[in-house]
Amino acid sequence: MRTRRSWDLNGLALVLALAWLIVYPLVLVGVEATHADLGAFIASHAERAALWNSLWISVASVALAAGIGIPLAFVFERYDFPARRFLGALVALPAVLPPLVGVIAFLFLYGETGFVARGVRALLHLSHDPWRLQGPAAILLVHAYSMYVYFYLFTRAGLARLDASMLEAAASLGAGPWRTFRRVTLPLLAPSLWGAALLTFMTALASFSAPYVFGGSFRVMTTQIVATKLNGDLPTAMLETLALAVLAIAGFVVVQRNEGDRLTFSVGKGMAPRARRIAHPLARGAAAALGWTLALVLLLPHLTLVVVSLVPAGTWTTQAIPPAWSLGNYATLFGEAGRLRPLLNSLWMAAAATAAAVAVALVAAHLAVRRRVALRGAIETLLALPWAVPGTVVAIGLATLFSVDRPLAGRWVLVGTAAILPLAYLVRSLPLTGRSLLAGYRQLDPSLEEAAESLGAGPWRRLTRVTLPLLKPAIAAGASLAFVTALGDFVTSVLLYTYDTRPIAIEILASLRLADVGVAAAFGVVLMAVSAVALGVGAKAGAAAEAEAGQ
Amino acid sequence: MKGEGRDVHVRDEKYLSVAGLTKSFGGVAAVDALSLGVARGEILALLGPSGSGKTTTLRLLAGFEVPDAGTITVDGEDVTRTAPAARRFGMVFQHYALFPHLDVGQNVSFGLAASGEAAARRVREVLAMVDLAGYERRPVTALSGGQQQRVAVARSLAPEPRVLLLDEPLSNLDPSLRERTRRELRRAIKQVGITTVFVTHEQEEAFELGDRIAVLSAGHLEQVGTADELYDEPRTAFVAGFVGRAAALPGERVAGAVRAGARALVRPEAMRFVPLAGAALQGVVTERRFVGAQAYFTVDAGAGAVFDVQAPHGAVRVGERVGVAVDRVLFWDRTDAPTHGRTE
Repeated sequence: MRTRRSWDLNGLALVLALAWLIVYPLVLVGVEATHADLGAFIASHAERAALWNSLWISVASVALAAGIGIPLAFVFERYDFPARRFLGALVALPAVLPPLVGVIAFLFLYGETGFVARGVRALLHLSHDPWRLQGPAAILLVHAYSMYVYFYLFTRAGLARLDASMLEAAASLGAGPWRTFRRVTLPLLAPSLWGAALLTFMTALASFSAPYVFGGSFRVMTTQIVATKLNGDLPTAMLETLALAVLAIAGFVVVQRNEGDRLTFSVGKGMAPRARRIAHPLARGAAAALGWTLALVLLLPHLTLVVVSLVPAGTWTTQAIPPAWSLGNYATLFGEAGRLRPLLNSLWMAAAATAAAVAVALVAAHLAVRRRVALRGAIETLLALPWAVPGTVVAIGLATLFSVDRPLAGRWVLVGTAAILPLAYLVRSLPLTGRSLLAGYRQLDPSLEEAAESLGAGPWRRLTRVTLPLLKPAIAAGASLAFVTALGDFVTSVLLYTYDTRPIAIEILASLRLADVGVAAAFGVVLMAVSAVALGVGAKAGAAAEAEAGQ
Repeated sequence: MKGEGRDVHVRDEKYLSVAGLTKSFGGVAAVDALSLGVARGEILALLGPSGSGKTTTLRLLAGFEVPDAGTITVDGEDVTRTAPAARRFGMVFQHYALFPHLDVGQNVSFGLAASGEAAARRVREVLAMVDLAGYERRPVTALSGGQQQRVAVARSLAPEPRVLLLDEPLSNLDPSLRERTRRELRRAIKQVGITTVFVTHEQEEAFELGDRIAVLSAGHLEQVGTADELYDEPRTAFVAGFVGRAAALPGERVAGAVRAGARALVRPEAMRFVPLAGAALQGVVTERRFVGAQAYFTVDAGAGAVFDVQAPHGAVRVGERVGVAVDRVLFWDRTDAPTHGRTE
């Protein structure tokens, strides 16, 4: 039997390993940044503009996402109308679009040569493009589309947890609907809303694909860093990276503290209010029509990708509707070794990173939750930290850490090797697998493992026969999210890839540059399909295991 | 070792024994220098209020906690630091801890070294013993609470453990089911003849299921004995108050000035109402609780002396001033420790 002390030592080893991959790169970035000219950085108009742009774009994204997501959640949770369940699930669909794929779908749909613009041109007989999809408006459009889902899902979950008897209590005390909403519903929803706001803010701040494709001369910090690095001004890039990291962590701390204050409210437990059936046939029809229209708008980017992927190269010029259709782009994708390579690269790198992230999270959760090692707080913080750090910062940090051969300082040259991207994906996956496994372990009754132990089962048998089968839903949930994130990753890949290990997102961008639009779309469709399957498998494994457990 | 613990007639006074067992959490002693012996085939109840250290004692026996000091021996073998898996103790958990992803048969066979037909035979055997013959392929989540409890017992008995440990085995059952399950559980344990230690906070459960009862309070062993011994001859005020009802009365009010300064511990049925005139103990009836043919009358004798008297339910009226005579004093207590009321 191991002693408390040896478990604590294991905990220490894990903390050191995590700190080496997560904190050490940030420290090195900070050290390198001291070589930059701080005065020039502060004086530079471009730098200040990029920082300001990052900030206001993120805040505006939160406002837009909240403005769309919260009302949608209320409508779908509180009212019953035809096809409510189906449409309610459809509304969460933008989550399945990997960032870069979403951006190019918008480009094909609303861009100056996209379907909508072509339609308008044909309709009005214009000789020029009716608009340009560029700048902050374009970025915000993409953000609003992809990030309202956070508010939608969090608010629905919060509403579903709300105890109907609280609303009835408010009503019996004489509160009208508005007062009930303001004094009861909203405060009880606050933790969910803060959670969604935090997620949206951090995602928008770290967003790279949309500003990269649509930004043009409008720079945010993430695109600024990449541009500076490409220009070869490394010290300044380090300083910019540091600034973005500080901004992100500050945002994280501010919102999380507010969330913490309000978490005390979320104690409600009971029956959620039932959805109110819309009775009037006209109103039912209107609600359904509105729902279907909304679903169509939300589905348009996905449909656009599929359509564009079916158009043979060079056949579609000025027509509103493509004149020819074929599966040629898919044949190119799967037929040419050079084209298939990125797909295989992404698959194995994402799979390796996910497997490693699950293993690390499993060990961390066991030490933190079950063994309650002395450093459990540090373990949990380190696992969550990469979530607060934008992908660009992670990539620059790892590029710095693994750029020199200094084994005594824990540094090896991995930049330019096949190991660097899976490592970056691993760091980015840790918060996802970590959170789900910590939660899974907390819900796992310790007496189950003790029961196995008292029945004579050794550590290996306990792990494989009891712990892992019971953690299956948590592993499935964390692993599918991690896999999908790594598979569609663009932001870290663009800074770390080598030609041999180029992932799908890089190939999509390269195809776009070569005006190989159909192939780019085909890649997008394949990526979308694999992501959807992975998320579906994850959800199904979770649901099946839960059904087995009986609740 | 086979067949060991099956012979009920062998009265080895210390088949399982615990000496000087001590365990602290964060500087607070949960179990303090506990010494106990359990005879072969005996069922011992660990009875105490929450926080008395009874669950910690059970977990120390099972090996899930390592004691700071003291030893645990079984059949002369020191198992104090033996891993739970190697201890060959069966444990039934409070919430049963049935593996939800395995069916009844897989749960019961989990601890068996044998496999195939031998294991299947043993599973059939123990399931029949707990009246669940033919339930092998049922999912455990589809069972009722009582059935789950019996599967948990069957699972822990299947590998023929040396000692059976049960943590609040009946606390998750409906009150109506509890009484029946209690008798069935005792029958099953006695049939196997296994040495058993179980934890409970309910004296009725301890009395009916246990051969002897160890009363714990704040990590200390207060007294060990049969139900009769604990009720009739409690050695501490705590035991008197925890096992049955007892009131602590000022000594001079019970026996005149002779015992001034000491407290007399008296049970409600050892008191009766007498005419007011000349009664040493007088008070006002403040409450009557009906319990069938008899009732408990709460009497306030002033100066903090409040106690229950058991009498026919029409004996006196609430608000009446009464005299009370004490027929039998359990024992005289000179400590200042407060007596506990009976915890329900």
